[in-house]
Amino acid sequence: MEDSRRRFLKLAGVSALGLTTRPVLNAFASGGGDENAHGVEVKKGQDALKAKQWAMVIDTREFESAEDLEPIIEACDKIHNIPKFENKNHEIKWIWEEHFHNAFPNQTQRFLDERIEHLPFLVMCNHCENPPCCRACPTQATFKRKSDGIVLMDFHRCIGCRFCMAACPYGSRSFNFRDPRPFIEEVSKSFPTRMKGVVEKCNFCAERLAVGEMPACVEASNGAIAFGDLHDPESEIRELLRTHYTIRRKQNLGTEPSVYYIV
Amino acid sequence: MSEKKWIIAGVVIFVTVVAFPFWFNLGKAAPAPELELTEKAKELNHGKCVMPTDYMQSEHMQLLDLWRHSVVRNAKRTFVNSSGQEFNMSLSNTCLECHSNKAAFCDRCHDYASVRPYCWDCHIDTPKETE
Repeated sequence: MEDSRRRFLKLAGVSALGLTTRPVLNAFASGGGDENAHGVEVKKGQDALKAKQWAMVIDTREFESAEDLEPIIEACDKIHNIPKFENKNHEIKWIWEEHFHNAFPNQTQRFLDERIEHLPFLVMCNHCENPPCCRACPTQATFKRKSDGIVLMDFHRCIGCRFCMAACPYGSRSFNFRDPRPFIEEVSKSFPTRMKGVVEKCNFCAERLAVGEMPACVEASNGAIAFGDLHDPESEIRELLRTHYTIRRKQNLGTEPSVYYIV
Repeated sequence: MSEKKWIIAGVVIFVTVVAFPFWFNLGKAAPAPELELTEKAKELNHGKCVMPTDYMQSEHMQLLDLWRHSVVRNAKRTFVNSSGQEFNMSLSNTCLECHSNKAAFCDRCHDYASVRPYCWDCHIDTPKETE
């Protein structure tokens, strides 16, 4: 019996030691990034626009042809330093146009309204309320921001595994197969470019919302695109959703996209 | 004991070879780089950076890490330093607004310390010069 008591004491000792590892590891893990240590503080800018879930309503009745969409796409491409590649395989898309039957494969009728059939639809990241890309990301480089519901990319963390591209049912994500810098026509100084090997997509102009500006596409659309808080019943977009019949892309997948279309 | 001289000779050769980088480079250390401040960096904010100079010299990477985390992930873009001044947390538009001489300010020291930060793969390093 002496032997087993000895073993018991040994085990108890090792277990007690094991219990102390967690606080020690936590102490190491919390090192750095402590902004309060030097009496400094980070906060939101005073002009920042706030919402629980940003959402967009696109009134497609305002558009007739691809020419109407061009300035909107151009505005986005310009401020976000989006490169233009000749090779379609390398293409980087944040906001682009799509045929109805490609954008809304589940809503396509056998005999489609002629206007809808030929109308190009503006598509982009839907900033889903239940985003499959964020669940696929192994590094949390893409994440749904709790403060405003935007699905964002943290390019610092992206390892380029492209799981998010496979997970996104809307094809909203593009991979930088090449260094994009030489292919940017005019570099905008206010927004960083990307590097080879990261995935990118529309960010609902988070950087503009932070300084009190509406997204670039909304501004360029002459009122055809409305933008606001989906969770605020008094917001402009909720009013539009109350008074118009709207559709969303691939609703049956349960991702709850935040981009609505008035058709 | 007849092997004693061989052992000593072997140890001496071994130590000499292992210590090669130390004795070979003895006295050849490159002088510490001298950083150039732009006129703007000397004037703006009374020549003070967002934090005290010694803090910036040793901890600017931690500060930048805090900034990028705060801006990208928490949507908080305003930095308030210990004396209550507010700054927009932006590498290209705040840091480089004063320190627009990246080659003589950032690179010189990074080269000396042999660190290669990949900030500039994405962040634009001459925000004001070409505007």
